[in-house]
Amino acid sequence: MSKPKALLAYPVAKEIQEYLHEHFDLKTLDFTNPQKYEDILEKITDVEGAVVLGTPIDKTLLEYGKKLKVISNITVGYNNFDIDAMIEKGVVGTHSPGVLDNTVADYVIGLMIATGRKITQLNQFVKNGQWERMDNSYLFGKDMTGSTLGIIGMGRIGEMVAKRCSLGFDMKVIYNNRSRKPNIEESMNVQYVEFDQLLKTSDYVVILTPLTESTQHILSYREFSLMKKDSILINVSRGPVVDERALIDALERGLILGAGLDVYEQEPIHKDNPLLKMDNVITTPHIAAGTEKTMNDLAWNAAKSLVSFLVDNKAINVIPEMK
Amino acid sequence: MSKPKIFIANPVPNHVEEYISNHCEIVKWDFTKPKDFQGILEIVKDVEGIIEVGLKIDENLLSKAPKLKVVSNISVGYNNFDIEAMKKYNIIGTNTPGVLDETVADTIMGLIINSGRRLCEAERDLRAGNWEKGDGDKYFGKDIHHSTLGIIGMGRIGECVARRAHLGFKMDILYYNRRRNEAAETKYNANYLTMDEVLSKSDFVLVMTPLSDETYHFMGEREFKLMRKDAFFINASRGQVVDEKALIEALNNKEIAGAGLDVFEKEPTDKDNPLLKMENVVTLPHIGSATQKTRDEMAMFAAKALVDVLQNKKSDGIVPELR
Repeated sequence: MSKPKALLAYPVAKEIQEYLHEHFDLKTLDFTNPQKYEDILEKITDVEGAVVLGTPIDKTLLEYGKKLKVISNITVGYNNFDIDAMIEKGVVGTHSPGVLDNTVADYVIGLMIATGRKITQLNQFVKNGQWERMDNSYLFGKDMTGSTLGIIGMGRIGEMVAKRCSLGFDMKVIYNNRSRKPNIEESMNVQYVEFDQLLKTSDYVVILTPLTESTQHILSYREFSLMKKDSILINVSRGPVVDERALIDALERGLILGAGLDVYEQEPIHKDNPLLKMDNVITTPHIAAGTEKTMNDLAWNAAKSLVSFLVDNKAINVIPEMK
Repeated sequence: MSKPKIFIANPVPNHVEEYISNHCEIVKWDFTKPKDFQGILEIVKDVEGIIEVGLKIDENLLSKAPKLKVVSNISVGYNNFDIEAMKKYNIIGTNTPGVLDETVADTIMGLIINSGRRLCEAERDLRAGNWEKGDGDKYFGKDIHHSTLGIIGMGRIGECVARRAHLGFKMDILYYNRRRNEAAETKYNANYLTMDEVLSKSDFVLVMTPLSDETYHFMGEREFKLMRKDAFFINASRGQVVDEKALIEALNNKEIAGAGLDVFEKEPTDKDNPLLKMENVVTLPHIGSATQKTRDEMAMFAAKALVDVLQNKKSDGIVPELR
């Protein structure tokens, strides 16, 4: 029996590529050049499945990919999927839940401390040779221990952030979520509060909701005006859950103390974005899940989901909307 | 009875000065001017107490201060005390143990995550406008969760770091200390090993020993060679416990992956220190305990120790060697 045809649209480790070759008649993109949508369209026409990272799976692509049965997303987020169009065409989408949770939770804490204690700014200060005397009170930052963390969206990553902050840093942790999580409340001494209450009482607000129509711009002018003046916003989920214009306004007017951001409404971020000029903002290029090991685990997960679906006829890691 | 005269050598918050003034007559350094030793000697000749940060208390000063009874450090480290000379002149020295532990432990976790996950590098490039789509793998770092943290010197701050690392981040804790620390072993599953074993097995090596004759330069060429090539070195105790030349050499030769430093052999460090040129080194201007809340508490603790010793010859803040 001939092997099913598949496309690898993102560079992965050699072992993973070999594994895919074993099971598929595999095509790959030219990874020496940046990913081009047109190249993907050209190569998608006769494959049954593809491993992708960030490629928009929209009506156009589905039109080209007449034989497509499954798309395996390397990441956990899948807002690159046009879900309705995929369902209409009978194309299943998979993702990689769980794999990156710990790595992202580490990064959230890194951003909290880096923003609260001005770590990137002070690193640059020392490296620029500006450190000339001890005892500068403008070097002072904000304590973690004893302060309050508010988590919006208590999923797996939220739970891991809560664990670090409550058990590790001895912080008070509150959360808001569509549904209550009694287990987490008990095991980590975490308290459920109303959305507005969370904004009003948190020293650090960490937003971890997935991006949907109802969560787009869930933090906007009204919400920032509710937050404490000495509070810090952390976003590592998806840029558009935050109204970036409202955030910039809040930072400029001192409605909040600072922000630690790994995601933006537009990525890569526009070079003129005022956030890039602000001292009280930490900006990183969407790398919260970026460790060698986690990227490798994610790619393995996507490769295995594809093999399971097309070779073993078993659907695993299917996104919730298609289950 | 007249109030004893004391010298405030470093700025303290108003409420702390007020507290001291209730019990003492105050002479303050003119903080608009840089400190000069001659000026200080002029002041200390008729004071009974000094409250300061990092002022060298040695034969030279003590021989000019016939009325002096107590020197109160607004810091936990007291390597500025010449203990033998202080014993000879019958001077009590105090420090601020306990008050700053959690804040310093936050700084250390910040250094661990920021060096391992390369936040500073990513942020600097992003601000410079260098973010192209799909180049996130440039910043792939090392996972913090489930990695191994080696703590050399398991005192109170070491325990606070172990709590964060083990309960929060599920890290394995190895440690070396002059004495075993059973609390850390029970609570954080810390594993007691020789110093060489800690060095050779850890992903992150944290030095937490106070500076003394025995610990001066005790991290040298041999010790860095024992460390893993993918390991990071973290120091937030005192710069002189590390032979900085050996550290620079180890980084240049890629014997270790990177470093996170809050302290340096000389502070402020020289502008041409090669460490300031290194991408894989996070440099902070000695801000371990630098939050407003903690610095206020340290100043108050030091003020109370000063007054207690002058009034009752007793205080919890007296350093062990002078009790």
